[in-house]
Amino acid sequence: MFYRENGQLKTSYEADQQIFPIAQDRWAIVGLVAFAIVGVPLLADEYTFSAILIPFLILSLAALGVNILVGYCGQISMGSGAFMAVGAYAAYNTLVRVDGMPLLLALLSGGFFATVVGMFFGIPSLRVKGLYLAVATLAAQFLSDWAFLRIPWFTNYSTSGSVMVSELQMFGWRIDTAVEKYLFCLGFLIVFAVLAKNLVRSAIGREWMAVRDMDVAAAVIGIRITYAKLSAFAVSSFIIGVAGALWGFVHLGAWEPAAFGLDRSFQLLFIVIIGGMGSIMGSFFGAAFIVVLPIALSQALPALGSLAGIAVSTAAVSHAEFMIFGALIVWFLIVEPHGLARLWSTGKQKLRLWPFPH
Amino acid sequence: MRLGTTLLAAAVMAAGLSTSLTPPAFAQEQTQFFPLLVFRTGPYAPSGVPWANGFVDYYKLVNARGGINGVKVVWEECETSYATDRGVECYERLKGKNGGATLFQTMSTGITFALTEKAPGDGIPILTPGYGRSDSADGSVFKWNFPLTGTHAASADTQLQYVASLVGGLDKLQGKKITLLYHDSPYGKEAIPILQKRAEMHGFELTMIPVTHPGVEQKSAWLQIRQGRPDYVLLWGWGVMNSTALKEAQATGYPRDKIVGVWPSGSEADAKGVNGAEGYSAVLLQPGSSSDSQVVKDILELVHAKGEGSGPQEEVGEAVYMRGVVNAMLSVEGVRAAQEKFGVGKTATPEQARWGYENLDLTQEKLDALGFHDVMREVKTSCTDHMGSSWARAYVWDGAKWKLGSDTWFQADMSILDPLVKASGDAYAAEKKLERRGADDCQS
Repeated sequence: MFYRENGQLKTSYEADQQIFPIAQDRWAIVGLVAFAIVGVPLLADEYTFSAILIPFLILSLAALGVNILVGYCGQISMGSGAFMAVGAYAAYNTLVRVDGMPLLLALLSGGFFATVVGMFFGIPSLRVKGLYLAVATLAAQFLSDWAFLRIPWFTNYSTSGSVMVSELQMFGWRIDTAVEKYLFCLGFLIVFAVLAKNLVRSAIGREWMAVRDMDVAAAVIGIRITYAKLSAFAVSSFIIGVAGALWGFVHLGAWEPAAFGLDRSFQLLFIVIIGGMGSIMGSFFGAAFIVVLPIALSQALPALGSLAGIAVSTAAVSHAEFMIFGALIVWFLIVEPHGLARLWSTGKQKLRLWPFPH
Repeated sequence: MRLGTTLLAAAVMAAGLSTSLTPPAFAQEQTQFFPLLVFRTGPYAPSGVPWANGFVDYYKLVNARGGINGVKVVWEECETSYATDRGVECYERLKGKNGGATLFQTMSTGITFALTEKAPGDGIPILTPGYGRSDSADGSVFKWNFPLTGTHAASADTQLQYVASLVGGLDKLQGKKITLLYHDSPYGKEAIPILQKRAEMHGFELTMIPVTHPGVEQKSAWLQIRQGRPDYVLLWGWGVMNSTALKEAQATGYPRDKIVGVWPSGSEADAKGVNGAEGYSAVLLQPGSSSDSQVVKDILELVHAKGEGSGPQEEVGEAVYMRGVVNAMLSVEGVRAAQEKFGVGKTATPEQARWGYENLDLTQEKLDALGFHDVMREVKTSCTDHMGSSWARAYVWDGAKWKLGSDTWFQADMSILDPLVKASGDAYAAEKKLERRGADDCQS
């Protein structure tokens, strides 16, 4: 009914290979992006930008990277926090040490160094898989925590071990206000999302998925396992590294290694699992779930409590947050183990045949 | 005659009533909003809970005493769990609420660093009494930061002075071995530059052993201490790291009276119930635990006796609780100072409050009147000096509670601190392309 594709005939290969072959989808996405660029800055207030939208955009970007590695290539990684840290510190160092370094280049160099480190830690994936690989990538996490705490060169000999960036500037555009920061991050996200989507549809993306589904079979049909796995590590770490640099530069402004600790790795893994493994859309859903839910709960619980006439203490809210969050994760995984993205596509399927779904 | 006196009495009473009634009734509208970034959960909650309770109890006391010249204090808590990104979210959430935040007290060194970048843009002062970034004592670079009553660098300096007083003077430190056992975070690292400088000056041998978050893994650190046998161990822990250190010290056989803590390592929670903690001492930037002070009595009488206390009554007066009380008092007194310039009985804007913190003059008489006699000593800030003072006292754990270790008040040696602070402030200003504030900016 709402989603009928009758009459949308494809007469060329290009038309058949579009990202969104159904017109309704295409227009919805175009509308959504236009709304994100034009509508949101008119509607949202500063708090929404700084506390919800910017972390959401950056974590979505990081989740894109993790999804490529974990969701598409099936290489479980617990080192995402480390790759974010490498991105942030590398971007910081290039910005501080190279005179007149443009911001954009510094951020991308963060991605580049994260790629190098990511590929290095991807080497074990050629020998081990599954849980063993997860533990091997965990080493990246510990190593980065250690390095950025103990090697003063990385923090430009800052006495406290905390680094900060001065004002952000790109092509004469001073990124000052929350709206500008939001648009800046949104730009990165749109570019990387389109690139990632096209990448996973391409030959290399199909190689990743073949490796994920069964690497022996993939090798038998002539897929180069080494190339596939390492390229997945490279692409994923590049995106995660840029996200890390944005997290430090744009969201926090000043940071210490604890900002990219093990918790961050877990958080990214949860985003991918809840959002939907092997789905670009899922990264966005998962990030929204992880970012918005705790904030919504911490705002809603005291309000609900006061309605019922109970004063909810700060600590109680915090504990309740953990419990509800945990319960929701379990519930989601039981009801829809393929994540929110699958729920979304099921919904679309139902709409397509409405009012007679079968 | 009789009618005359009655009339006069009535007139006096009416005047008295009207003066005592109108201002509070009028001031009902006026409120001053203090956001609170607390950590009542997470690995550092044992320190965070009494700290937050002290804050809230003091604000309740201020309201019970009639507000800040009639302006009612309102506050709202936001849980950070001591994580920087949660702190940033709380900052964004609270800065515009209830007519705008007067200031932010970060209660974490990491959050201080993040907010130092954000607050000047919003024009909101950052108060970090007793902690924060040490170079922010330099008010001519850090216009919006106020590490009142001391920084971590001042902590380290007073701590070393206490150690020197134990060995019989700074010159006796020559050839001694001192180990710094520190929490591996911005907080712990703030001690290093000043101790290195002191080591150079007095010729003691300084070794530094980091302990990773949250601080329960210390076996190898204490192995090193056992091998090195230092004359003193300076403990810079936080939360669970402190009690672990004391237990490890006992297991290693290192004498506890040779361990000297810093204020985050000197709370009741750190030593209570730890076997063999007797003799452990800590140098606390004001305040220490002071359960018999007037302000504690007032809180018990005006807040806790009415059943409005924020935590258990036993903790009132403990060291970290008192830190909350003093921090809250400083935030209120800055506003009071601002009111004297910009209008008594009116809500101060953040910009006006900043002026108040910059021109704070808490004399001993004022502090005594507020009930802080023997809790803390005078604080006087200026445009260049955002720290005000750095009084500290040593306390010794006697197995059940903290006792004053000596009557001397220590104060950081500014001739050593200042060059370090200035160099670090210069580096910051250069990186941010800031000009040092001129004389005219100081007037504003």
